[in-house]
Amino acid sequence: MEKFTTHTGVGVPLRRSNVDTDQIIPAVYLKRVTKTGFDDALFAAWRGDSEFILNQDAYKNGSVLVAGPDFGTGSSREHAVWALKDYGFKVVIASRFADIFRGNSGKQGLLAAVVSQENIELLWKLLDAEPGKEITVSLEDRTVTCGELTVPFEIDDYVRWRLMEGIDDIGLTLQHEEDITAFEATRASWRPQTLPAKHLPSVHIEAARPVEA
Amino acid sequence: MGTTLAEKLWTSHLVRKGEDGAPDLIYIDLHMCHEVTSPQAFEGLRLAGRPVRRPDLTIATEDHNTPTLDIDLPIADETSRIQINTLRSNAEECGVRIHSLGDADQGVVHVVGPQLGLTMPGMTVVCGDSHTSTHGAFGSLAFGIGTSEVEHVLATQTLPLKPFKTMAINVNGELPEGSTAKDIILAIIAKIGTGGGQGYVLEYRGDAIRALSMEARMTVCNMSIEAGARAGIIAPDQTTFDYVQGRPHAPEGEDWDAAVEYWKTLVTDEDAVFDTQVDLDASDLEPFVTWGTNPGQGLPLSANVPNPDDIADEVDREAAANALEYMGLTPGTPLREIAIDTVFLGSCTNGRIEDLRAAAEIIQGRTKAEGVRFLVVPGSARVRLQAEAEGLDKVFIDFGAEWRNAGCSMCLGMNPDQLRPQERSASTSNRNFEGRQGKGGRTHLVSPLVAAATAVRGTLSSPADLVDAPAALV
Repeated sequence: MEKFTTHTGVGVPLRRSNVDTDQIIPAVYLKRVTKTGFDDALFAAWRGDSEFILNQDAYKNGSVLVAGPDFGTGSSREHAVWALKDYGFKVVIASRFADIFRGNSGKQGLLAAVVSQENIELLWKLLDAEPGKEITVSLEDRTVTCGELTVPFEIDDYVRWRLMEGIDDIGLTLQHEEDITAFEATRASWRPQTLPAKHLPSVHIEAARPVEA
Repeated sequence: MGTTLAEKLWTSHLVRKGEDGAPDLIYIDLHMCHEVTSPQAFEGLRLAGRPVRRPDLTIATEDHNTPTLDIDLPIADETSRIQINTLRSNAEECGVRIHSLGDADQGVVHVVGPQLGLTMPGMTVVCGDSHTSTHGAFGSLAFGIGTSEVEHVLATQTLPLKPFKTMAINVNGELPEGSTAKDIILAIIAKIGTGGGQGYVLEYRGDAIRALSMEARMTVCNMSIEAGARAGIIAPDQTTFDYVQGRPHAPEGEDWDAAVEYWKTLVTDEDAVFDTQVDLDASDLEPFVTWGTNPGQGLPLSANVPNPDDIADEVDREAAANALEYMGLTPGTPLREIAIDTVFLGSCTNGRIEDLRAAAEIIQGRTKAEGVRFLVVPGSARVRLQAEAEGLDKVFIDFGAEWRNAGCSMCLGMNPDQLRPQERSASTSNRNFEGRQGKGGRTHLVSPLVAAATAVRGTLSSPADLVDAPAALV
């Protein structure tokens, strides 16, 4: 995971509340076998509408989503975070996030910044007045800056630390690799290993066929 | 104060104690993979440039998507084919052992692990599948994990986890003939509810549990998740040791002696305290069947379809009313009179050799009810071979059943084995959720004995209902 200290990018005002994960990425896209390449699936149902904000030239390269309250509710699918990241978003700003979505964001390096709804309205006004205007998000200072306006945001201390260090859960665990290796040295010899593979002799398995009606 | 078995398993796998609210780091002894929940985990490793830390503690098999017919032909469904091909290439690239369709060791992941002797007492076992709780029957801490956690285990062979609470489920008394492990677990779930086990590891204890075979114990632990628990365990004993000994990966010689000596310590201390206790008397336990759309909505076979108006709790009442509407059932109908279209014998719950033997014994020499479809899907290719060696396949085929290749099959209908809308099944699997076995399908969860008797009579039945039943059962 990349270290996150400050990010500057085009702000995208998404004036909707309760954007659930089915809206972020519909279930039909969950059959894929990859963890990337979900950018086309992001907000798939809305992308067909030429008026939708991401279809407007000024916002095409948006990377800071400024959304209404209760963003990311519904299904726990991690694909919602993957889709936002794949599209190019680094930060989502909202006054309230669903717990699971916020947890998934932290695991995947997407910053979910909690800003009061009052300040969200101010940000929306500035972005509407000047489409394509950039926003700077400082994780170090916990601030969001848009032109002359600077507002604070909230984030869990532990998640902030992990994002600033660029450490995902796996990275965090691997910091203790010495402990893992030391533990492995204590494992009893009877504990099974899958390799080299042992099994009963191979036998041909006859294919079952449909029963004639 | 003593400790519980679950706590002993936790402590013996503690790599690092979490500080300042951070979770503990727990070592994983065995990681099993299948085609549906692993692709993004392998992709994640590739993107981060991380290797699989312990391919020698990892094994993959194909089960959720695989067809049970024509397995020598290319898989017709494109999504299934892609997922299976992805698993094969990931396994090859990362050096992970895989048992593919057509291989004698292919099958439902929770049947394959124990039969290879890879599951044994005192381990931690994980898989991206909630029914990993099955392996708890050996006295191991075994639980299902999500895709991010699959990646975590592949990369580190550990998981960051917060400790759980412990619940003792004491099942005493002697199980009557005609009742089985499936009836025990369905009765437990009906008693504590589908959320009753949330946050707990369940330890099944008591005479009735001790008397069960290893395969029956797996049936009990398998459905711990249906009670909301992440894991269920049974302390190992001579039954466990006898089952493990001689299997391909079982320890040998001095290793075996050392292992057994250690395994004998894997019991809950007499002065240990569980967070919660539940008691169940097995001695008057009838065959249990579900009438609704969650595994907690079950009753003894002699009961009638419940009337939602009789249920005091508002949430339960509404759930029951919705379930009856979906299931197309009328309150007051005797469960024994419910006509069944399809009988499914198989799954990680009841797809092992003892399950097939028990069902075959009931149907042998009898005739299948007209119009009933009977699907027999062995849990693994080895189970199929064993059944064929014992001539069970002939018993099923002569009866009019379809003898299929191994896989998850109609348990979850990810392959072509599905119910049609409003088609009604008696199924030895584990979930009766709406649409689980096919869109609009109606599932009644049953034991293999009830499944077999139902196939004979065409309505939900126990072996005791068969006219020429042995005297002991009537």
